[in-house]
Amino acid sequence: MNLSFALIAFLILASAVLAATRRDLIHSALLLVGNWLGVAFFYLWAGAEFVAFAQALVYVGAISMVVLFAVLLTRRTRTELPLLVATRDRVVSAVLGGLAVFGVLAVAVLRTPLDINPAKPAASVSMLSLGQQLMGPHAAAVLIVGVLLTVSLLGAVVLASSDADGKGEAP
Amino acid sequence: MNLLQACLLVSSALFCIGLVTALSRSNTILVLLGIEIMLNAANLNFIAFWRFSPAGTAPATGVIFVLFSIAVAAAEAAVWLALVIALYRHQQNIRLQEATRLKG
Repeated sequence: MNLSFALIAFLILASAVLAATRRDLIHSALLLVGNWLGVAFFYLWAGAEFVAFAQALVYVGAISMVVLFAVLLTRRTRTELPLLVATRDRVVSAVLGGLAVFGVLAVAVLRTPLDINPAKPAASVSMLSLGQQLMGPHAAAVLIVGVLLTVSLLGAVVLASSDADGKGEAP
Repeated sequence: MNLLQACLLVSSALFCIGLVTALSRSNTILVLLGIEIMLNAANLNFIAFWRFSPAGTAPATGVIFVLFSIAVAAAEAAVWLALVIALYRHQQNIRLQEATRLKG
């Protein structure tokens, strides 16, 4: 169990680091797909099968395709400029800030006494009880999320559609 | 260090990778990918705490939290990418430093 956790953690962190440092945007997006798959494997390891499948469907299936479409749509066709490297000061300060945040978080995690029972098997939740909880106590939240998704996707279509009055540049 | 702390350390490291990505890159799509990495780190925390929670607590709270979080993240990614396309139509590139039209 610890070996599989170590493998999953290595997959998640290595693909994230590689994706954050690649120059080519397509490589970053494809490595992020590996990262999301690693997160789905973590959910499977933890016993949350339904969340793992939702993660695989939403992230690996849908969001990666949307990101790839955006990369291809906003790519310069002829004069392919290399991605401009951010200024050195900004990168250095971002890395220092990230390391500081990680230091604070790691100290906080390691100094906190967390009582767990390690012998407990994966607390698998059945699909039936999950559905009953979603339709029972959390029904209002399900409806609100549905409204949120509808509104945000309609807003995305409105934002991305070209101007009808011809004021914008030609697509 | 027990297994829960290892999970929390992994998610902390993932969060910081996403933070560095979102802060240091100037490409708008890469900033979105950094934010998605941070959201995934938060979801890892939910599942880790749910997995190692003592028996007798609410049975599926962490799972339901993560489901709603994934739905909101999907909506956020769609809106962000529509913004990227609108930005590209206005200034013909997607560098964040040049999106200063509303700057006073």
